[in-house]
Amino acid sequence: MLAKRIIPCLDVRDGEVVKGVQFRNHEIIGAIEPLAARYAAAGADELVFYDITASSDARVVDKSWVERIARQIDIPFTVAGGISSIEQARELLAMGADKISINSPALRNPDLINTLVDEFGQQCIVIGIDSFYDAETDRYLVYQFTGDESKSQQTRWQTAEWLQEVVSRGAGEVVLNCMNQDGVRQGYDIKQLKQMRALCPVPLIASGGAGCIEHFTDVFTAAEVDGALAASVFHKNTVVIAELKQALIDAGIAIRPLEQTQ
Amino acid sequence: MSLVIVDTSCANLSSVKFAFERLGVNPVISADASVIRSADRVILPGVGTAKAAMRNLHQLGLVDTLRQLQQPVLGICLGMQLLTESSAEGNVDCLGVIPTRTKAMQQGQESAQFPLPHMGWNTVVASTDNPLLKGLDSSAYCYFVHSFAVATDAYTLATTQYGNTRFASMIGHGNFFGAQFHPERSGKVGATILKNFMELTDADSRT
Repeated sequence: MLAKRIIPCLDVRDGEVVKGVQFRNHEIIGAIEPLAARYAAAGADELVFYDITASSDARVVDKSWVERIARQIDIPFTVAGGISSIEQARELLAMGADKISINSPALRNPDLINTLVDEFGQQCIVIGIDSFYDAETDRYLVYQFTGDESKSQQTRWQTAEWLQEVVSRGAGEVVLNCMNQDGVRQGYDIKQLKQMRALCPVPLIASGGAGCIEHFTDVFTAAEVDGALAASVFHKNTVVIAELKQALIDAGIAIRPLEQTQ
Repeated sequence: MSLVIVDTSCANLSSVKFAFERLGVNPVISADASVIRSADRVILPGVGTAKAAMRNLHQLGLVDTLRQLQQPVLGICLGMQLLTESSAEGNVDCLGVIPTRTKAMQQGQESAQFPLPHMGWNTVVASTDNPLLKGLDSSAYCYFVHSFAVATDAYTLATTQYGNTRFASMIGHGNFFGAQFHPERSGKVGATILKNFMELTDADSRT
């Protein structure tokens, strides 16, 4: 049976792992490699490295660490941040990234999704969607350039429409980041994820809001997502992956158990 | 023991190379027929589409070379599918060294319940005496990413269940072996499989 995935996300800025609250006030967590190795050893099923400033600064993600990570860890990992051309994607995949995740550049140029899927295959093209719940209009809206508060802006897309658009263009996986929830640890946005799950025929990863073990149990049972992504609860050891996985197994959720250390 | 990773011009070769380096093996990446022929072990990696990969192998002039190899060969993911007779992905003839076919996985009616690609960690269950799974639990988690698969048949070495489908997650025929999952990204289980591949005996390759 396919296991649900636990995915620590390492937000990278200027070569260091950082974490902000609702995308603001980033604090430094530590160097990339030791954290990656620690999470792989602790039982993470996959890792995501997100260069949160790349898109908004019109810079390309600093790639030197990608190959070092690929050498070190034996679980899959995704790299995101400012990838807007076939050449950039090719380089990251050649260095050992298993998947690349596109967010703002896909909104600017949706054809980029088709181009990348045609060139590298559906299996390694992930689309990240930053979705904001607007209480006034009761709508889920797609935002871009969220790595930098001063440049973060609403797009013309509603979340459900954009999700269906990226899937129709061949996206192999969708990471739905519920912005209202991000960093506040009140739980995943089950209502929104459930809605989007019904529209999403490719793997769907929940992001934003994890604060305790129960939030993971809830998102897997209620929203039927394929994976749950989180950052601060893992960085700060609020949630220990080994305990999380045992709790999920006890709740009857399909989970890859921790490997025995030799 | 020499190991060559075939440079199919489309595959993510680094992660396979690094996985062997972690085992203390130093692989050579090559598209040179004589280098491939003289290796003790050959890995056929693959990402992308079967059509593009076969086109590349034809352009590189490697199709006959690969078909005639006598040493243990391990195809990974798309590389495993290339070992079969044909793939529905682009309706393309493949190497045909394992007499089975690669077909599209079927999306169930409940697409949200069983999304495609089949992506993530799933259990690999050995269906015969499988030398590549030596030392592992009877049901071990490995990392998959694919939308095409081989049906179970006489050449199946291990199976995996997804939705209502049980497909061949490992296949073998003579000296040719295939893994639908990515051992290079499957933690300690994957490392054990790659180590077992390096330690295959002549007897393992004749079954």
